[in-house]
Amino acid sequence: MAEDEIILSELPDDELVLQMHDDLYDGLRPEIEEAVTLLLDRGWSPYRVLTEALVSGMTIVGNDFRDGILFVPEVLLAANAMKGGMAILKPLLVETGAPRMGKMVIGTVKGDIHDIGKNLVAMMMEGAGFEVVDLGINNAVEKYLDALARERPDILGMSALLTTTMPYMKVVIDTMKAEGIRDDYIVLVGGAPLNEDFGRAIGADAYCRDAAVAVETARAFVARKHNQIAPSP
Amino acid sequence: MITAATPDALSALLATRDWLLADGATGTTLFNMGLGSGDAPELWNVDHPGRIRTLYAGPVAAGSDIFLTNSFGGTAARLKLHDAQRRVAEVNRAAAEIARDVADTAGRRVVVAGSMGPTGEIMAPMGTLTPALATEMFHQQADALRDGGVDVLWVETISAPEEYAAAAEAARLAGMPWCGTMSFDTAGRTMMGTTTADMVKLVARLAHPPLAFGANCGVGASDLLRTVLGFAAQGPERPVIAKGNAGIPKFVDGHIHYDGTPALMAAYAVLARDAGARIIGGCCGTTPEHLRAMRAALEDTPPGPRPTLEGITAALGGFSSLADGTGPATAPPRDRRRRRT
Repeated sequence: MAEDEIILSELPDDELVLQMHDDLYDGLRPEIEEAVTLLLDRGWSPYRVLTEALVSGMTIVGNDFRDGILFVPEVLLAANAMKGGMAILKPLLVETGAPRMGKMVIGTVKGDIHDIGKNLVAMMMEGAGFEVVDLGINNAVEKYLDALARERPDILGMSALLTTTMPYMKVVIDTMKAEGIRDDYIVLVGGAPLNEDFGRAIGADAYCRDAAVAVETARAFVARKHNQIAPSP
Repeated sequence: MITAATPDALSALLATRDWLLADGATGTTLFNMGLGSGDAPELWNVDHPGRIRTLYAGPVAAGSDIFLTNSFGGTAARLKLHDAQRRVAEVNRAAAEIARDVADTAGRRVVVAGSMGPTGEIMAPMGTLTPALATEMFHQQADALRDGGVDVLWVETISAPEEYAAAAEAARLAGMPWCGTMSFDTAGRTMMGTTTADMVKLVARLAHPPLAFGANCGVGASDLLRTVLGFAAQGPERPVIAKGNAGIPKFVDGHIHYDGTPALMAAYAVLARDAGARIIGGCCGTTPEHLRAMRAALEDTPPGPRPTLEGITAALGGFSSLADGTGPATAPPRDRRRRRT
């Protein structure tokens, strides 16, 4: 439907943000990059651009994915658009000392090539203000443990999409237990064949059915962890 | 090669029977034989041929008319994870040769189907896999399975229509008949959003169409039957395949256990036939014990009317999503401020 050309720079802030939500939904990367720059030029803090424009927009995408309205191709396009905006914001967020939500190490387990879900979670977590270290696919237990020692994250995220690789998440958790470090981390697991019972049975803190749930769960656990370690009055 | 005078083994068997029993799980069975989590099942074709023979003998003894080779992850893209990308011909040929021998000594006609699973890569433009590259990887695997003696190629667990089409082209290049199933695991559609109606249309327009098509894996037996009903509603010309999981995975005593009982899978098999499937089997978690119960139920139960959705949930439990994704969207389309041109 051909309608009036939208000139992003002519939109007031509130309309521009709503337009960005639409453009994220439609996976329009150049438009998102332009709009992020516009808001920064208008004096918005990088953190405000991140939360009000990008994170809110991706939450809509995440919800429609959860509800079976969008599918993987559309979400990948949206994530790609978000990535364009994040590339501009990331250095500025560090410079301006924006609030940090926490840190996550994430990876797909040994033998599993699938990384769509894992990538979506990584994107959404970054979008929500978490620092994410992505180990990629096919990770043996040693790779996870090395990364935990090196990065000292709050959260370990593991993904598996195959019947043959799902049990490997338990291998990793059991090894963490044996080394006495299991309780130092929040362990979140995900992947199409999994379910909540499975997550509990292998000793994870939670199973997250999709990227939007992963962000909500991570926020809740990190808040709880911070409450626990807060100095007593 | 396929000629009019000598039909392929699967077509010949289909011509004599109303339904055929396929096989069950490969991965879960190999775990129970000691496969390490994360290790490549396909390498066992060379390293532990005796165990693969035992794997194949299970469904054959349980009454399967068709069984799949241990080559699901046998494309170069998948073997690369185990640094075995140069062993595609070797491991696939071995998978097929062992299977051929098991079938030929079964004492009845059993069809060997050469399993070909997804590459795991995302198709362009979202990902990096081009149709040409996907076809090349499948073709390499298909040639080896053919040389090892499979009767038919069996493409399974596909989610992207482009990848399904690439496998069809590979089968054509290998001069082989094939069957192909997709996995409908996301709100009634494949992960990539393909509906049952989309798949029926896709199959109809392929230059080298499959002998039979359908669904495998996914989310439990109920969902799979709803998917079969979706195919049947399109009135497809070709036989429909139903290969569902034996329930959903649980972790029990250090093992993956699918919670569907043999009785449940027997009920599923009969409902699948009544829903319109002609090739019926299991997928993850389906053991020879399940297959025996399925075979007995198919033989002993007279054909019934096409089941309703209510009948399916009453017999097998609820669906994982409200709708099967073929109808109007469950929510109104997102109201845009203005549409871009």
